[in-house]
Amino acid sequence: MSALAVEAVAISKRFGAFTALADVSMKVAPASVHALLGENGAGKSTLVKCLLGYYRADEGSFLIDGREEIIGRPADADRLGLGMVYQHFTLVPAMTVAENLVMSRAAVPAVIDWGRELAALEAFMARMPFRVKLTAEVGTLAAGERQKTEILKQLYLQRRFLVLDEPTSVLTPQEADEMLSLVQGLAHGGSISVLIITHKLKEVARFADDVTVLRRGRFAGRGATARLGAAELTAMMIGEPQVPASLQRRGAPMAAERLRVRALRTAGDAGRPGLAIDTLSVFPREIVGIAGVSGNGQKDLAEVLGGQRIAESGEVIVAGETYTATRAEAQARGVRVLPEEPLRNGCVPRMSVSDNLNLRSFDRDAAGAPRLWLDGAAMAERARRMIAGYGVRAPSREVPIGVLSGGNVQRCVLARELDGEVQLLIVANPCFGLDVKAVAEVRARIMAARNGGAAVLLISEDLDEILELADRIVVMHDGRIVHQTPAAGADAQTIGAHMLGSH
Amino acid sequence: MGALETVTVAMVAGALRVSTPFLFVSLGECLTERSGRINLGNEGVLVLGAMVAYATSYHTGNPWLGVVAGAIAGALLGAVHGGVCSLARVNDVAMGIAIMLAGTGIAFFFGKPYVQPVAPQLPRLPLGFWASAPPVKSALSVSPLFFIGLAAAFAMHWFFRATRMGLRVRIVGDSADAARALGLSIDRIRLFATAAGSALAGIGGAFLSLSYPGSWNEGLSSGQGLMAVALVVFARWNPLNCVIAALIFGAAGALGPSLQTVGVTKGYYLFYAAPYVVTLVILAATVRPGRALRGMPGELSIGR
Repeated sequence: MSALAVEAVAISKRFGAFTALADVSMKVAPASVHALLGENGAGKSTLVKCLLGYYRADEGSFLIDGREEIIGRPADADRLGLGMVYQHFTLVPAMTVAENLVMSRAAVPAVIDWGRELAALEAFMARMPFRVKLTAEVGTLAAGERQKTEILKQLYLQRRFLVLDEPTSVLTPQEADEMLSLVQGLAHGGSISVLIITHKLKEVARFADDVTVLRRGRFAGRGATARLGAAELTAMMIGEPQVPASLQRRGAPMAAERLRVRALRTAGDAGRPGLAIDTLSVFPREIVGIAGVSGNGQKDLAEVLGGQRIAESGEVIVAGETYTATRAEAQARGVRVLPEEPLRNGCVPRMSVSDNLNLRSFDRDAAGAPRLWLDGAAMAERARRMIAGYGVRAPSREVPIGVLSGGNVQRCVLARELDGEVQLLIVANPCFGLDVKAVAEVRARIMAARNGGAAVLLISEDLDEILELADRIVVMHDGRIVHQTPAAGADAQTIGAHMLGSH
Repeated sequence: MGALETVTVAMVAGALRVSTPFLFVSLGECLTERSGRINLGNEGVLVLGAMVAYATSYHTGNPWLGVVAGAIAGALLGAVHGGVCSLARVNDVAMGIAIMLAGTGIAFFFGKPYVQPVAPQLPRLPLGFWASAPPVKSALSVSPLFFIGLAAAFAMHWFFRATRMGLRVRIVGDSADAARALGLSIDRIRLFATAAGSALAGIGGAFLSLSYPGSWNEGLSSGQGLMAVALVVFARWNPLNCVIAALIFGAAGALGPSLQTVGVTKGYYLFYAAPYVVTLVILAATVRPGRALRGMPGELSIGR
């Protein structure tokens, strides 16, 4: 078993009138780690899907170990030894690691002799540089363990070329470092070649030997990572040598507590513990960042504060009074929520952009009194103002909001939630899936809200985002707050250790 | 014998007797739901199975052929459900209700001529031969179908754990994404699971008409097919738990009749409602808002 050389030559792929890839070439040397870098929508996934037989390239060809191969369906890629670890894992959560591994094989006997299979799997694990408990149910594993299982599965299937799709997006810094060094070790040991799809420059610099950059479906550059700097790679990625402006933090937090969570408990889901937060405060003109590995209660917290989940006990206090997230309370006390997956949690997808922009205020008149009839002219005017103010790109005000791109949906929800006087802003994963420009814009808006006197609770799985935005960092693990630190001088490694609950 | 003993013996008898159809239907529903699809049509399958089994037994003189025919009829009706549900934009809950109505309708239509005639019944195993008291003797005369059901529960448990097909059913039921990545044919596996599950429900129907109560009429089923859905929730989609759940429901179902035998003349009919009350209590106790059920197949439409 030895690593494969994989080359893509002048690949083009069109979907109708849209050209997803135009004349893209890439060369992955055997036993190397190659990074495929680009923004969302740059065509990275399309290229890889062509390589693995999920799509058929319209033009161009693939060379595997120098021989041209036609990869018409995923089974062809399997046969050649090409495998992929997806961003959304493809393991079955309710089955054990052993069951998942055995069922991933091409040939499974009709009746499985578990005694023999487990012995064979143990022998396989013993040869691997890292292992996972075979009898553990996948759903109970941490994200890092799951990803390791995915990689083990590919090795178990004797793959010699492995694609990792945004492998570190769900991992803590420690897990990410560990996993990528392991993969790098495997590649440099000569058993596999690795292609990492990513948009994180740090990972490219540390773990990749070579890099290919795509921009809007076109080839934008390549080279050995040792000779390329971050500025050059960024320029290749977004087409202009711009560094996102650093955020201006103005003024210190004020003394009067705006949000206080006390003894909050929720019921857990499917074996996971629920929330158990003893106390959490946010002050005006302060961003408190909640860090944690996905699935450690951050989502529950956002849902309780946003009124989507009922707490079993405890209290949420906003501006000195109990807050139960009713519409009236939210309007009276200026509580706004920017939920994760805004299209699902913060919009009515089939209603128009204009209607969605007015969801907070359509039932109140200018003085804040309830109104019975909608004021169409005022709603249209407000929508126009928000669309212009936030640079929303939409075919018209009247199209359903569901047809807009992720970045534009996020702009719409931001515009709506930051409209008027904001006292408390709850934000969850605001930049997930956005491109570099949109990310910079969204972060600037959140910082502006903070500078304007709002108390901001920022829940994010992206530790870099928290380190950039927050005044104070709170780490959650298993539904509890396990660590608090001022953001100035905070150490990512220490925070990561707390995220893993190993401190 | 004291009244308490009489009631106890009657409830044990009921648990052994009344539980059998619950056991078969819940095992069938369990198999179907583990593949990620819900089948509310099992009530119709049960009634159709009862009718076909009774008619076959009457014409051939062999009640066991009736059981086989009931299973085949169930599998066919289940296959219709499975086939239609694999079409785009078909909701399995709505389709299940249609199958339920179709199954009972077909059974009543073709079953009219069999209400009067008497068909040969399934034999019983006299496990109470050692006892002298007649109520104990009759309580322990158990249908072999009960033991076949028990064996089926253990077989299904093994099937889910150690066979390729069983693991495929679980994959399809738990994560359609993973199933697609493995190249499994989701629709075909669900079709198989639905047809096989309905065959089991058909056997449950055969028990109703060929063992207990042991006749064919339009009021034969008292909603066992629908209550099986609740039973499977209670059993946490585990075939072995289905046995326990079926026994509890059977005992609850025997409460009313057994109170009647000891001379409770007023209000005993309220206890006829015991299985339904148990259903409600169990559902209320096990289903809590804001929390996903443990053991629930991830692809089940009612859970998403």
